[in-house]
Amino acid sequence: MNDVVEAFLAATVRTAVPLGLAAFGELLVERAGLINIGLEGAILAGAFGALVGASAGVEMGFVGAAIAGLLVGVLFALCVIWIRADQIITGTALTLLSVGATGTLYRALYGSGGAALGIPTSEPLAIPGLSSLPVVGTALFAQPPITYFAYLIAPALAWWFRRTHAGLALRAIGERPEAAETAGIAVDRARVLAILTGGVLGGLAGGTLVLAQAGTFAEGMSSGRGFIAIAIVVLGRWTPHGVAAGALLFGAASALQYAFQAMGWNAPYQVFLVVPYLLTLAALAGAVGRARAPAALGRTLESRR
Amino acid sequence: MVVVAIAGAAALLLRAGGYPVGRGLAALWSGSFGSWYAFTSATLVRAVPLVLTGAAVAIAFRAGVLNIGAEGQLLVGAAAAAGVALSLETSGGFTPGLALALLAAALAGAMWAAVAALLRMRYGVLEVISTIMLNFVALHLVSYLVRGPLQEPTRVYPQSATIAEAFHLPRIPGAGRLHAGLILAIALAGAAGWALRNTAAGFRLVATGESPSAAASAGGIDVRGTTMRAFLMTGALAGLAGGVEVLGVTLALYENISPGYGYTAIAVALLARLDPWRVVATALLFGALEAGAGAMQRDAGVPSTLVSVIEAALILAVVAAQAFRSRRLPNDSAPDLRPVRT
Repeated sequence: MNDVVEAFLAATVRTAVPLGLAAFGELLVERAGLINIGLEGAILAGAFGALVGASAGVEMGFVGAAIAGLLVGVLFALCVIWIRADQIITGTALTLLSVGATGTLYRALYGSGGAALGIPTSEPLAIPGLSSLPVVGTALFAQPPITYFAYLIAPALAWWFRRTHAGLALRAIGERPEAAETAGIAVDRARVLAILTGGVLGGLAGGTLVLAQAGTFAEGMSSGRGFIAIAIVVLGRWTPHGVAAGALLFGAASALQYAFQAMGWNAPYQVFLVVPYLLTLAALAGAVGRARAPAALGRTLESRR
Repeated sequence: MVVVAIAGAAALLLRAGGYPVGRGLAALWSGSFGSWYAFTSATLVRAVPLVLTGAAVAIAFRAGVLNIGAEGQLLVGAAAAAGVALSLETSGGFTPGLALALLAAALAGAMWAAVAALLRMRYGVLEVISTIMLNFVALHLVSYLVRGPLQEPTRVYPQSATIAEAFHLPRIPGAGRLHAGLILAIALAGAAGWALRNTAAGFRLVATGESPSAAASAGGIDVRGTTMRAFLMTGALAGLAGGVEVLGVTLALYENISPGYGYTAIAVALLARLDPWRVVATALLFGALEAGAGAMQRDAGVPSTLVSVIEAALILAVVAAQAFRSRRLPNDSAPDLRPVRT
C-alpha cells in the first residue's frame, strides 16, 4: 500500500511541476490583465530549446529552454503591447508558429528519424533529512533541482504580490489599467516584463519535460499543457497558492490512473483525464463573486495616441 | 497578393532551412493545384471541413463570441455522426439515414457549444477558457468511445467499425475522393454570409458583436437571445464539419480524426475578415497549403510542419495589419477585428 501511495505522490509531483511552472508564468500575465494562449507555444519552444542546449550539458539545456520561452514572450509582447493586436488570436498564432517552427527545425537538425536520444538529464538531488521521511520523502524531496525551484515560486510570488511596490502595481494594472496609468505606473513596461517572465517560466516548463522527465524531445510534446496551465490559473483563482494547489490537483488526477491501474481497477482512464477540465469549469461557474478574474483580463488594449 | 506572400514566405523558409527551393515550391504546387487529382482529392477534400469550421468561427467572432472550441465541437459532431450511422446501420434507408447522421452531428456540436454559452450567460465564464476546456473533454470522449462503446468488433484498434455505404456522402463524379460535403459546405457558408448581410437576424448578430450595450439600448435587440443563437450556430456548423468528415472521408471514427481543423479555422476566418462567404476562398487556400505540404514532404523531403509556420505568419500579419489600420483612425473604439464593411 505504501508503495502505491508513494508512486502516486511521485507521479503527482512529476506531472504538477511543469504545469505549475507554466501556470505561475501565466498567473503573472493574467494579473497584468492579459491572457496569453500562446503559453502552449512557449512550453513547446522551451522543450526544443532544452534539446538544443542540452548538447552542452543539463544547465545549458535549461538556459536554452528559458531563451526559447523568452522568444515566444517577446513575440507576444511585440504583437499585443506594441502593435495592440488581439491577444487571443495572437496567442493562437504563436502556438501554431511554435508547433511549426519546432517541428521544422527538429526535422531539419536531427533528420526525420529523430535522434537526440540519450541527452543529459537532470539528476535527482536528495535533500538530506527530508528525503528520508517515510512515504513522502523520495516523492517530494529526492527530485531534480527544478522541482525545488517550483516549490519556491508560490510563496515568493505571494509575497511579491502583497508586499512589493511592483507586485501591487501589477495587480492594479490588471484591474484598472487606465487608473494605474494615471497613478504614474508605466503600464506597458510592467506588462512587457510580466509577459517576458511568463515566457521564461513557460520555457522552463518545457525544459523540465525534456531534461527532467522524458529525456528526449518529441514533436508536439507539450500536448495541451499550456491550456491546462491556463485552466489551473483559473482554478487557482488567480492566487499563487491557489495555482500551486491547482497544479497538484491536475497532477493527482492524472496520477490517479496509474494508481488505479496498480490497484487493478478497470475504469476507463479517460474518466480521470477529464476530471481536471470539468473541475475547472465547475470551479469557474461556482466561484463567481468569490474569485473574480482581473477586471481588464483579455480586453484588447486601447490604441496609443 | 496573399498567394505571392505565401510563395515568398515558403521560398524564404526553404532557403533558411537549406532545402532545395525550386523543388520544394514545385512540390507545394503540384500537390495542391498541379493536377486535377491533387486539386480535387487533396486540396478540396481538406478545404471542406475548413469551410464549415471557418464559417463557424466567423459567425461566432462577428457576434462577439470568441469560440476557440470549433475543434471540440467538430469532434463531438464526428462522434455523433458515427454513433448514429453505426447504430442505424441495420434499419433505415439511404437518404433519411445519412440526413439523420448529419443532423446528429450538427446537434451534438450545437449542444457542446451550448455548454459554453450557458457557462458564460449564467456564470460569466469566459468562453475562451471554457471552449478550450471542452476541446480536451471532447478529445478524451472520442478516445473513450473508440476504445469502448464504438470500438470495432475485433477490439484491437482504437477506431470504430467502418460505416455502412448507405451512410456515406456520395462522391462527386469525376473528382476522385471529393464528396458532396463540398456542396453542402459552400451552400451553408454562402447562406450564412448572405444572412449576415441581408437579414434582420444577421443585423442583430453583428450589432451585438460590435457593441452589446448599444445593440440593447439603441437597437432594442435581445442580446442574450442573439448571443445564444450565435453559440448554437457556430457549434452546429463545426459539429457538421465533423459529421461530414466522418461520412465523407474517414468513413469510421478515429481518435485523430482532425489534424486541428478547428484551430486552423481561426486563421481561415480571420483571413476572410470574418465573412463566411469569403471563408470559402480562404479555406481553399489553407486546404491547398496543407495538401501541398504533404507533397513537399514526400517529394522534396521538406518537413510538412513548415506550413504551420506560414499559417501562423499569415495570421499575425493579418491581425497586425488590422491593428495598425484601426490605430490610424481618430477616436476609434471599435474592436480590432474589423469585419468587411457591408
